Amino acid sequence: MSEKVKVTIDGITVEVDNGTTILNAARQIGGDIVPPAMCYYSKLQGSGGKCRTCIVKVTKGSEKDPRPMPKLVASCRTTVMDGMEVLNITSPEVLEARAGVVEILLINHPLDCPVCDQAGECDLQNLGYEHGLQKTRYEFERRTFERIDIGDKIQLHMNRCILCYRCVFTADQITNKRVHGILNRGDHSEISTYIQQAVDNDFSGNVIDVCPVGALTDRTFRFKNRVWFTKPVDAHRDCDHEKCNGKVTLWYKGADVLRVTARKDQFGEVEEFICNTCRFDKKATADWVIEHPTHIDDTSVIASNHYETLKPLHVIQPNEALQAANEIELHKTVKY
Amino acid sequence: MSRKLLLEHINVPGINTLEVYRQKGGYRAVEKALKTLTPEEIVEEVKKSGLRGRGGAGFPTGMKWSFLAKPEGVARYLVCNADESEPGTFKDRYLMTYIPHALIEGMIVSSFALGAKVSYIYVRGEMMPQIRILEKAIAEAKAAGWLGKNILGTGYDLELYVQPGGGAYICGEETALLESLEGKRGNPRIKPPFPAIAGLYGCPTVVNNVESIAAVVPIINDGGDEYAKIGIGRSTGTKLISASGNLVKPGVYEIELGLPVEEFIYSDEYCGGIANGKRLKATVAGGSSVPVLPANLTLKLANGEPRLMSYESLSEGGFATGTMLGSGGFIAFDEDQCIVRNTWNFSRFYHHESCGQCSPCREGTGWMEKVLHKIEHGHGTMEDVDLLWDIQRKIEGNTICPLGDAAAWPVASAIRHFRDEFEWHIKEPIKSQSQNYGIANYATPIEKAPVAEEK
Amino acid sequence: MLKVEEQTPVVFSSELLAKFDDIKSRYPADKSKSALLPLLHLVQAEYLWVSTPAMDKVAEYLNIQPIEVYEVATFYTMYFLKPQGKYALEVCRTGPCCLVGAEKILSHLENKLGVKEGEVTADGLFSFRGVECLAACGYGPVLQISPEYTFYENLTTESVDKLIEDLKNKI
Repeated sequence: MSEKVKVTIDGITVEVDNGTTILNAARQIGGDIVPPAMCYYSKLQGSGGKCRTCIVKVTKGSEKDPRPMPKLVASCRTTVMDGMEVLNITSPEVLEARAGVVEILLINHPLDCPVCDQAGECDLQNLGYEHGLQKTRYEFERRTFERIDIGDKIQLHMNRCILCYRCVFTADQITNKRVHGILNRGDHSEISTYIQQAVDNDFSGNVIDVCPVGALTDRTFRFKNRVWFTKPVDAHRDCDHEKCNGKVTLWYKGADVLRVTARKDQFGEVEEFICNTCRFDKKATADWVIEHPTHIDDTSVIASNHYETLKPLHVIQPNEALQAANEIELHKTVKY
Repeated sequence: MSRKLLLEHINVPGINTLEVYRQKGGYRAVEKALKTLTPEEIVEEVKKSGLRGRGGAGFPTGMKWSFLAKPEGVARYLVCNADESEPGTFKDRYLMTYIPHALIEGMIVSSFALGAKVSYIYVRGEMMPQIRILEKAIAEAKAAGWLGKNILGTGYDLELYVQPGGGAYICGEETALLESLEGKRGNPRIKPPFPAIAGLYGCPTVVNNVESIAAVVPIINDGGDEYAKIGIGRSTGTKLISASGNLVKPGVYEIELGLPVEEFIYSDEYCGGIANGKRLKATVAGGSSVPVLPANLTLKLANGEPRLMSYESLSEGGFATGTMLGSGGFIAFDEDQCIVRNTWNFSRFYHHESCGQCSPCREGTGWMEKVLHKIEHGHGTMEDVDLLWDIQRKIEGNTICPLGDAAAWPVASAIRHFRDEFEWHIKEPIKSQSQNYGIANYATPIEKAPVAEEK
Repeated sequence: MLKVEEQTPVVFSSELLAKFDDIKSRYPADKSKSALLPLLHLVQAEYLWVSTPAMDKVAEYLNIQPIEVYEVATFYTMYFLKPQGKYALEVCRTGPCCLVGAEKILSHLENKLGVKEGEVTADGLFSFRGVECLAACGYGPVLQISPEYTFYENLTTESVDKLIEDLKNKI
């Protein structure tokens, strides 16, 4: 299965391994054509397909069977076929449907960004900004849950949850025992432990990093600061936990480390999961070997305090077709 | 009288027992299939019969069977979908209650054709009495050597188990059913892979409706060609129709596909007309998920020809003027019924039954229910109707499984055909609480609602 | 979310465990989680509801995490997660039954029993609730009574009155 297949997304053709999903093919191209993903997480098996924000239109199934797919498909769970043609941001139908999904995701969301620790690095906030309406058409009472502390390190704000299931997959696949899960059904579904229990084991803190919204937040960082006032710095330490390599991002305010997170790649996914000791217990600069300032994408509000030289995404540097398709990105590079 | 294949002996006393069922020719199909046919030949017969899945989607059963992957050394499963929960549909309950051996016989033949050594009948949990009936019938069949090891000395082994559900409409969706059978929450799986490749426990699996499996019995007895002669066009054979609502004689009827809808509603052989001498206002022809149609479009196609009970004729005209046969749950509304109230009721049902896995369905169904509740209770505005149209469009086609579509279609069709009734509810908020809109212009052709054209 | 509270520990009888074993034998050896739904039905038939300690015991029996049982028990509507009346009446409230008067039956029950939907009568005998389609649309209005799930069709207010009297006299 090592053969390559060709797929064309928004007019850009790329060769990818057989079995790659449309979303991952788009990520290989990079730039604006990458569909947003709220529930898919490449490091978690079985994730994806649920939030429907990554839907795209397949206008040609494959070279062999050129029929278009009848419905929009979730790009994170649809594998590419040789000769497949996909439309993402060039299809008004996709953009309209995606705006619809965003509106629907927001109807029961409390929109409490001003008091939410996730604000500034929240996927839903970004999505709402890009696709959302100026005002809501939902006029009913929003669904509410009690805020609960699952253990002394993690707080669960179920009101903000979009039920992406990432934290459940994380608990299943990264930690050794799952004590939380999805309870109830339909729009009453909630993340919970059912009987009040602490989510507590060596890797439990990773649920904070995988959460795309502010549903699971770090209690040790609660209300300490807005993320865009903090300065992220890559650092590492010799972690003696066998599964943790100790590579993290430290978030500084002045000389204080306010929080520690795993390092995230350009798609917002953690590069490697870290243990709770690194995350919660090592909050002195002396615990760490500092590497360099963390690269923050210039589209993020966090980048407002940074002085890095901007570079276009590495994949679009040598390729003129891609440069043309990603003009905005390139333009920014030249301008600043 | 039209031909009966499934319910031929339904009125024979004791037909629920093995003894009487045998006397009436039961288990002939098992003998014929296991002793004289190869599995491939059985699949071929079912293909020839043109049998289409009776659970709602209408996918050709023989074709579904031929997709089953057959890797060496991997178990294959047949799972019978008896999670009948579609509002308006109660044919499977009827079949399992009165003639359980028809299902068991069908299961044996189908399992043999698919090479399954263990098969499950997933019955919705609320049907505990039917579960007890099936378990008793299976025990009878096993004691008589129709199940278990080395059936009829042919060397074929089959174990058949009944699995109760826990109360969830969504488990009627085949992959949700498999999840549930694996002891998990009934969240539909993301396809592909389809169950024919990776189904129960990751093994190749076929999931068929009760009626489809029971229909395999007459197909094997009389041959696929004979079965295909019944019916009309690509709608072959007979179909159980569950008739409910304001009818003189609601109940389960076996019809030959192609029967005129008018005859089905008004003839004494079937429903006997509308109860209490009232007039027909609208129908839902195939279970709550399919579009609701006003009486005029139920009885006649847009071009004036009579509409027939068949897959093709019911869907003639697309969703603009047609509907679907679905699972055959035929609900009739008389002139006193309120379409807005009923649409709200169905929408509450889908809101209640949404599994909550994907966002458009989880949030959208609840939103629709709330807007409809508002209109029904006299607090609606004209914008609400357009908003409702917009919400259903955002759900339809954008969900993991068909529940989203099923929730959207009744709302869309109600607005498409009965927009005047919605508007009346809004303009007459007080009057609409105490009286009904009535039959309105049910007999005159209804113009397409302007919003329908936008689509 | 439940607080950790005092709940009577549960010990399953050997008869019940024998039934468990029988059901477990229906599935491949490494897929015994399949038995979860039937097992919860058995527990409910025995205790009339499914308590947290009982769910923990089931998890232990099937060798799975308790949360996996909670997830399932809260997903499906048939499992009672708090005590119900000895006779839990469930009336269908979906479209076709409403066309023939299911809503009347529900409000009649509320008056007759003097409790609201989901509550238990003072004598502990009855509770009722509206449920979605019971697949008996042609015989509506219908209700079923757990734990046996006996079925009553073509209800009228009179037949409901009689049914309740009969159940009262049964003890």
